[in-house]
Amino acid sequence: MIDDDYDAPSGAEASSKPAPVTPADVADASRLVSFGLQPKLLPARDAEYGELIRRYRDDPSFARLADAVATGLGLIVLEVSARAGMAVAADEESVFAVRMGEYSRRAASESTDRFLHGLAHLAVAALAFPRPEDLADDGYLGRITVNGVDAFVRQACRRLEQQADLEGDNTDPVSDAPGLEAAWRVYARRSATGATKDARRLAGSTIGIVGKAVSFLVDSGFLQKTSDDSGGTFRTTARYQLQVRDLAGSAAMAELLALGVVPVSDGSATLLPPDDSDDLVTDAGLPFHSI
Amino acid sequence: MTTTAEAARPAPGPAADEGLARRLRALACTAPLHDLDNRKANLAGEYAVYGMAEIALSAIDLVTLHMDFDTGADRDQVLARMLPRVAVQAPEREWREHERVAKWVLESLINVGSVDRGFRAVYGTFASDGSYIRRDYDFKLIEEVPGPDGGVYLRTTDEAVNVLVGALDTDVTSAQIAAEVKLEVLIRRGRLADAQLAAEQARYRTVQYSELLRRALEATRRNVRAVDWMETVPDLIAEALEHIADRYRHENAILTNIRKARDEAEEPEHKRRAAELVDIVKDCIRRHTQLQTRLLEAGPLFRAEQDRQAFAAPSSRSGLDLYGQLLAPALPLPLEQASTVTTAFFRKAIGLRTPNAVRLADLIDVLLTPPVEREHLGAELPEPDLISTPDDSRFSDEQLEAALGLLDLPADAPRRLSGLLAEARRTDPDLPYLVALLAVHAASPGVGTAYRQGEERLLFAVDDGTRLDDAEFGGADLIVGSALLDAVGMAADRTEAS
Repeated sequence: MIDDDYDAPSGAEASSKPAPVTPADVADASRLVSFGLQPKLLPARDAEYGELIRRYRDDPSFARLADAVATGLGLIVLEVSARAGMAVAADEESVFAVRMGEYSRRAASESTDRFLHGLAHLAVAALAFPRPEDLADDGYLGRITVNGVDAFVRQACRRLEQQADLEGDNTDPVSDAPGLEAAWRVYARRSATGATKDARRLAGSTIGIVGKAVSFLVDSGFLQKTSDDSGGTFRTTARYQLQVRDLAGSAAMAELLALGVVPVSDGSATLLPPDDSDDLVTDAGLPFHSI
Repeated sequence: MTTTAEAARPAPGPAADEGLARRLRALACTAPLHDLDNRKANLAGEYAVYGMAEIALSAIDLVTLHMDFDTGADRDQVLARMLPRVAVQAPEREWREHERVAKWVLESLINVGSVDRGFRAVYGTFASDGSYIRRDYDFKLIEEVPGPDGGVYLRTTDEAVNVLVGALDTDVTSAQIAAEVKLEVLIRRGRLADAQLAAEQARYRTVQYSELLRRALEATRRNVRAVDWMETVPDLIAEALEHIADRYRHENAILTNIRKARDEAEEPEHKRRAAELVDIVKDCIRRHTQLQTRLLEAGPLFRAEQDRQAFAAPSSRSGLDLYGQLLAPALPLPLEQASTVTTAFFRKAIGLRTPNAVRLADLIDVLLTPPVEREHLGAELPEPDLISTPDDSRFSDEQLEAALGLLDLPADAPRRLSGLLAEARRTDPDLPYLVALLAVHAASPGVGTAYRQGEERLLFAVDDGTRLDDAEFGGADLIVGSALLDAVGMAADRTEAS
């Protein structure tokens, strides 16, 4: 047993001096990290994994050791718990990090595709955790569908288009300055889906892009497929919530702040009912007010 | 729409060419149609005989009319309906070629070759500082949308509808009322050709109206909190239901009118047009009914979503608002800046992958291993060991045949059950049970089924109060007979009803 490898310190002498680290301890710590690198594996399904998680939580020196192994491999430890297992994320420079070019060859070369792939991931997260408290609540399980995510972003784009129309400006983008075009236009312009010769999803369509994001997240152990309805229905895992809450959200927020955009929030949801003064614009779907 | 904003704005200045820009955009929408006729020369083959713009307009027409409340038009169906129009342009050519032309036109309208599957036109305007700039106008004519079954369906865009019927960008409700009043007047005067045009326009408006409501309901399903369920939405639903009730009455009145026109018309051309009108108005009514169903579902949908979302226990911690603080602020940014935000999110949210490590020695082994010969036919299937199940039917086929023969009564001579039982008993002591069973069954004959299947006769049994005096059976001495059904009349009714 694992506990046998680890000699529990006994008596007053041990409490003053920590037990020396043995190679067996390092092996166990590394074993725990390697379990963490298999994101679909759950402690509840594997007795050894569960035992190591318990040891991590009960024994601070073992925990420090496992953390050190993870850090040395270029991993960030998000949480170690029975529900999420050893949730680790890859550091940007680590060998475990996924690069845009590996994810999609087109995204590496085309700036619009790079944006669309990134936006798809942001939209999946935004719809999986629609309210701030959903992201904060450990017990929350988000549900998304591929078609739903696409429709959600399109709705937001339509709203922006209307706002631009109301302001009366000519919002057609200036030619030959692709980087200056408003981002939502790129999404609105791209076709939602498309017929292909082999009945697969059209990779360049927005539903194709969202579908790719979702299936990648499934492989990362962040989503689980529940049915094929609406282009695929998925629910989130504890790991996804951790990853979005502790890493991705703040990273994107930092970029946004660096651009001088400061979104203010009082912690309440921003998808709110409209004020009375606003007439219902039928074409917009039902009103959809953001900050 | 921009019209109100423009009316409020004082004239000239750089904004004055806003109108010009709008016309340029409208002009651009027709360009893909002209382009078809220009490009047909480049196709491999002799396609000059085909009027491509004509085919394209009729394709847009077909898609618009076949768009359903939930999905768009089925691609294969649209292609099939385009074919006759293509075929009459060059009847001597092969049908394969017609098919190719129809496909080419439809794909060109979707613009299949481009990444966005849309069109872009460039036009010049003056910016607010007086400088001249070129702008991109992106639009689609037919777009592909996902269907509930995972398939791809076609919908026409607002731009295409504008190209098709023109100036439809008005208040849908008032435009529809106008069209229907016009229709009524035209029918009364017997000008059916004009009436048909008006009816078709009314149908376009109906389609547009349900399209608006479809988007509205879809948004509700996605986010309950985005919607004011205290006042705005109930008002909207009530208004829409009232509207439907109104239109329904109206269209039924029109339908009666045209039916009369159809039946009284003497000229075959008149008759044909009136018949077409009946179809169009019927389709309008069908669309209204569909819309009404959706509206009635809206309330329960809200309550279900409310239960799911609102009654969750609030969390003490507050988190990041992904939509309000990230997605919404990022979308209006210029692409370059928005891309840095989404890319930062992407990098951190995507998870990790364990790289594959290969040892050279293993790789060489793998590469040098000869491929395993695959058995072409696969493993042999074991011969299934079949055991015949014992025949445990109460009656044999012969008995059933005998009983049915006994009950095959002439239409004008019904018989008492007691007589039938006695006759059955003479041939086979078991047969009376089957006859009694069939007779009891006939006491509640499947009229609906017989009607739907167009059967010509139906067995029935009636109880007139006489008691059955029999050693084995008790109950009423039923009168059993067969009724002849008017199969031809029923078939006619069925087509009328559908």
